[in-house]
Amino acid sequence: MTEIFGIPLQALLGQLMLGLVNGSFYAMLSLGLAVIFGLLGVVNFAHGALYMIGAYVAWFAMDRWGVSYWWALLLGPLVVGLLGALLERTLLKRLYKLDPLYGLLLTFGLALIFQGVFQQYYGSSGQDYSSPDALQGATNLGFMVLPNYRAWVVVASLTVCFGTWFMIERTQLGALLRAGTENPSLVQAFGVNVPLMVTLTYAFGAALAGLAGVLAAPVVQVSPLMGANLIIVVFAVVVIGGMGSIMGSIITGLALGLVEGLTRVFYPQASSIVVFVIMAIVLMIRPAGLFGKEK
Amino acid sequence: MSWLGTGTQRASRLAWIVVLLLLIAAPFIGVYPIIVMTALCFAIYAMAFNLLLGFTGLLSFGHAAFFGGAAYVTGWLVHEQNWTPELGLVAGTLAAAAAGLVVGLIAIRRQGIYFAMVTLALAQMLYFFFLQAPFTGGEDGIQGIQRGKLFGLIPLENDLVLYFFVLAVFVAVFLLVLRIVHSPYGQVLKAIRENEPRAISLGYNVDRYKLLAFVLSAALAGLGGAMKTLVLHLATLQDVRWEQSGEVILMTLLGGLGTFAGPVLGAFTVVGLQNFLSDRAGSWTGVIIGCIFVLCVVAFRKGFVGELLAWQKRRKAKDVKPS
Repeated sequence: MTEIFGIPLQALLGQLMLGLVNGSFYAMLSLGLAVIFGLLGVVNFAHGALYMIGAYVAWFAMDRWGVSYWWALLLGPLVVGLLGALLERTLLKRLYKLDPLYGLLLTFGLALIFQGVFQQYYGSSGQDYSSPDALQGATNLGFMVLPNYRAWVVVASLTVCFGTWFMIERTQLGALLRAGTENPSLVQAFGVNVPLMVTLTYAFGAALAGLAGVLAAPVVQVSPLMGANLIIVVFAVVVIGGMGSIMGSIITGLALGLVEGLTRVFYPQASSIVVFVIMAIVLMIRPAGLFGKEK
Repeated sequence: MSWLGTGTQRASRLAWIVVLLLLIAAPFIGVYPIIVMTALCFAIYAMAFNLLLGFTGLLSFGHAAFFGGAAYVTGWLVHEQNWTPELGLVAGTLAAAAAGLVVGLIAIRRQGIYFAMVTLALAQMLYFFFLQAPFTGGEDGIQGIQRGKLFGLIPLENDLVLYFFVLAVFVAVFLLVLRIVHSPYGQVLKAIRENEPRAISLGYNVDRYKLLAFVLSAALAGLGGAMKTLVLHLATLQDVRWEQSGEVILMTLLGGLGTFAGPVLGAFTVVGLQNFLSDRAGSWTGVIIGCIFVLCVVAFRKGFVGELLAWQKRRKAKDVKPS
């Protein structure tokens, strides 16, 4: 069997694949954070909780109501998006004139509430949740065995990420969004309903987190704490990439997932902290982040 | 009674004397000393945090690393190495200061919201370190820590003796924070909070001021955590989790950001509430705390003390108005 630095190629590729899967989740979540931050100026701590809720909606729909995976894939983001719209309308909009720190604190409180409620009903242990029949099994590529579901996760989230990028950077709607980020009052003066745009943006970011949750459900343990642990890594990803750029957050997310996978092969003890170490180094060299602009 | 000053100053000093007398009397009038001691430790933690957020304007989302980290260091030294409690406390505080120096050096390179995220991420890194390090006992933590004898003489196993030791440290920390804030150094910190570019243009080396504030805050937070280890005989992962970093924010916000009494009041409220709820609401406690957090941010941003001061100001403004 082929080996690289004493590691069997199969194991290396397997971990890289897993890293890519994690990286796609990082990318989707940090993309949502970046979109929300751009327009609302809110660092959404509840993003991890929304991701968790997405996973639970999928689990609930499939396990309790016997809904198919594909419908769950639609239902998850929809439910989480609606929840996001509700949160924005009732709570977040009260804070726009204040220091952005209050947005972080509010969403932190929301994260505590969501996490607590789910812990109350489902305990802290994970739920079983199987991937759809069509995506079970694995494909032998010759040099490695590729689990179908993982390949699907990567393809699906990359499609969504680049779709979002295209929408924001290349369409009329995206142009309005970017203009709103730069100067909301001027955009309002041109007759655009900015408050509605803000609500929809938050709902969209939340829906992205929900979708990530549905995609993640079969590969990670579905538990109330799954989002909390992830969101802090995603914050580090956001600091590394800098929140200014959409493409930047996609690339940073994927790259850090791969780095984490590699670390798991060569020095497993450090795999949970490698992203934070990279963050510290990046801050030392380029404080604004790899893709950020110094203000 | 001229030493009490006049007007509002007089009222607040009188209030503090009453509070201190109440705290001294507390164990004799049937209040369970362990709860008050725990609240005092959290009050030290919250005062340390307030020094940073309330008086310097820096939101650290990673103070649990210093609070819980110092708890581990003190617990390990006292439990495994048989250090005396006062040396254990000093070592824990110094360890927290050292960690604060490293985290601070990295975090002050970004401002505002990024500062919060960086501190949160670095604290999470320390959490994973404590989870894996051999000396912390992993998920179990360090349990059954003996309090030992203070200076090798005074036995702290007696709750009443420990109570007055904790109270003395609390008063010392309170006076220290008061001194720091009212010193010329504290004035510069407030200037940074109000307008950082202006402070820079006046020639202050803002980063050095911020770093020192961060280290001081980390050290005092560590002192609170180290003390809590002695009070409760244990050091656990619970104290280094991100929820613990959030809790201190809630205490400070609820009591009143940037006030002296606020963090103390907030710490007593939250600890008291948790104690009250843990019997009655069980695992709903976290949800209730979250709800209070949300309410506090949406509708009660000044906190107890802030609202009180605002009310006083309004009343005074009414009095001054010519009739």
